[in-house]
Amino acid sequence: MSTIARTWALVVKDARSELRTRYAMNALVMFVITSVATILFAMREDQASPELLAGMYWVVVFFSSMSGLSRIFVSEEEKGTALALQLIASPTVVYVGKLLFNCGLTLLLTLAVTVLYLIVFPGFVVASLDIFAVTWLLGSLGLASAATIIAAIIARANTRGTLYPVLSFPVLIPLLMTVMRSTIRALAGEPFENALGEFQVLFSYLLVMTGGSYLLFEHVWKD
Amino acid sequence: MDGRDHSMNGIRLQVTDLRRDFNRRPVFQGISFTLDSPASLAVTGLNGAGKSTLVKVLAGVIGPTAGTVAYQRAGVPIEIDTLRHELGFVSPYLNLYDEFSAEENLRLLSRIRSGNEPASATIERRMQQVNLWNRRHDDVGTFSSGMKQRLKYAFALLHEPAVLMLDEPTSNLDAEGIAVVEAIVAEQKERGLLVVATNDESEAAWCTARVHLSGSGGNKR
Amino acid sequence: MRIVKVLSIILITFVLIAGIAIPLSPAPQGLFEFPIIPGLEDKARNIFYHVPIAWTTVLAFLVSMWYGYRYLRTRSIDDDLKSVSSAGLGFMLCILATVTGSLWAKFNWGSFWNWDPRETSIFVLLLIYGAYFALRSALASDEARARLSAVYAIIAGLTVPFFIFVLPRMVAGLHPGAKGDVDGSGPVLEFKMAPNMRVVFFSSLIGFTLFYIWLLTLRIRAARLEHHVADQHS
Repeated sequence: MSTIARTWALVVKDARSELRTRYAMNALVMFVITSVATILFAMREDQASPELLAGMYWVVVFFSSMSGLSRIFVSEEEKGTALALQLIASPTVVYVGKLLFNCGLTLLLTLAVTVLYLIVFPGFVVASLDIFAVTWLLGSLGLASAATIIAAIIARANTRGTLYPVLSFPVLIPLLMTVMRSTIRALAGEPFENALGEFQVLFSYLLVMTGGSYLLFEHVWKD
Repeated sequence: MDGRDHSMNGIRLQVTDLRRDFNRRPVFQGISFTLDSPASLAVTGLNGAGKSTLVKVLAGVIGPTAGTVAYQRAGVPIEIDTLRHELGFVSPYLNLYDEFSAEENLRLLSRIRSGNEPASATIERRMQQVNLWNRRHDDVGTFSSGMKQRLKYAFALLHEPAVLMLDEPTSNLDAEGIAVVEAIVAEQKERGLLVVATNDESEAAWCTARVHLSGSGGNKR
Repeated sequence: MRIVKVLSIILITFVLIAGIAIPLSPAPQGLFEFPIIPGLEDKARNIFYHVPIAWTTVLAFLVSMWYGYRYLRTRSIDDDLKSVSSAGLGFMLCILATVTGSLWAKFNWGSFWNWDPRETSIFVLLLIYGAYFALRSALASDEARARLSAVYAIIAGLTVPFFIFVLPRMVAGLHPGAKGDVDGSGPVLEFKMAPNMRVVFFSSLIGFTLFYIWLLTLRIRAARLEHHVADQHS
């Protein structure tokens, strides 16, 4: 179907552009490294409990996302290329394409933070791999979904940098609270069934956010 | 859709009582006209009168505050998504991607527009027409403003659009570039719909019909 | 409209007096004595104020969302005007709800803030209101401001059910009706309220709602006049 081809073409365009300019990736990498380093310095020899580690994990992920996930729309506005996209692509193509890109970026981000945490913090042991894997998947996709629609909203505003976390945080709180609980379960080695409640919440969050964004996107994108 | 096959004839643009507000005040209002291809329309008015806004509304980029913009072919309405395949647009506000080469821009954006790339022969022909073929591998970020303007024309014409909209058609162009534009305009006038937004009288004279925006929210035909 | 104003004044006055003045007694007789609720005693009076205000701030947000949706449909700036008027009221009510809740928490549970799910949700609503106004002030044109803040209000509104229904069930909390609360079941309505307390409570609920409606119509009128004056001068 043509829409699928067009959407994929947009993802390819954004991916190639990102690889060339490294606009978001640089910000993400630097942010993750500096925040983890700061946490390490603050902790020194102290061992952090699994609760604390889970919390810090998602704090790092949240703020890193805030530094990198808005690029997808903000760069189009800053470079003045938004008009070209408005002319050639339907809002559906733009929304799905940008969402897919951000999903990929977020999955990579959370994976990278996970690897870093496993290396750096001895207390961060993923005892229940199944819980952690599902948490990683649903949490990252839910985060990307909310972050994408908010990015589209603030791209047209004046003070984009500070506005992005201010608008994103309240919307993301249900996700963050839930995802921290299931991460704690994963670190504590609990059985998979214990996390089913959280997974239901994460899944419905993902559906609600994505569905709502899809329906509203045209109003954000088209003047 | 391979972008080359559709008939350019019989496309109609019908505008009824069009109005667009900015900060609750009308930029223009009461705009009505009908264009049946082949036809050409000049949108004139001083800077700030709303010409660019009107052209964007006609192209479906901005929605009207009131009134309608309707395209049809042989009585069948053309949905805005189909219109994208039939519309070419050049404007000072349009920018292509600096980080890609000229040819990459054309290929990638064409794929976003229609799901596939145009034939290489088509790309070569259009780029030759605007004298950019030998710069096709250079990043657009290195282009002069005149070159960027010419590339916009190549992109606008790549899919043989039935409707061509030009906002400030010759901005940043030298005499050679202007000649290219005049040839494009002459061709489009006979084959489809042409809309030109300009405050240059000689450019407005390319077109047979005219809409004048007086800048205080009114218009006269 | 006059009925709304008069009724709201009567009801709220009644609630202010009855809520505070009616004494507690271990064996309540008749209409003018409240039962003592173990653990709460006099602090229970806050229920007449805190809960209706919390309810009204959520109502204000829903109204704001509704008119935001209407704006997206009609593109009439009047709908946006209604949306922002309700949001402004909701913001103030939310601050009141947070403060009354926090005071109650201090007297009941020992500290001003505990991150109990309901406390968190009123805080989140506060953040949403703040974000809504921050967004509006960062946008240049009336149309963009109306359009984008309407979308944000709806998106943020989509997360509200998660707070009201899902999280309190999941996370043990201090409020009645949260997981781990053996005695209380569901929200406040099944709280151990005697019939006369219910009268006062529902009067307060209705009274505050009517008061909100009154203030909302005032704000909308004022905003319309402002627009009118601004349009004359331009």
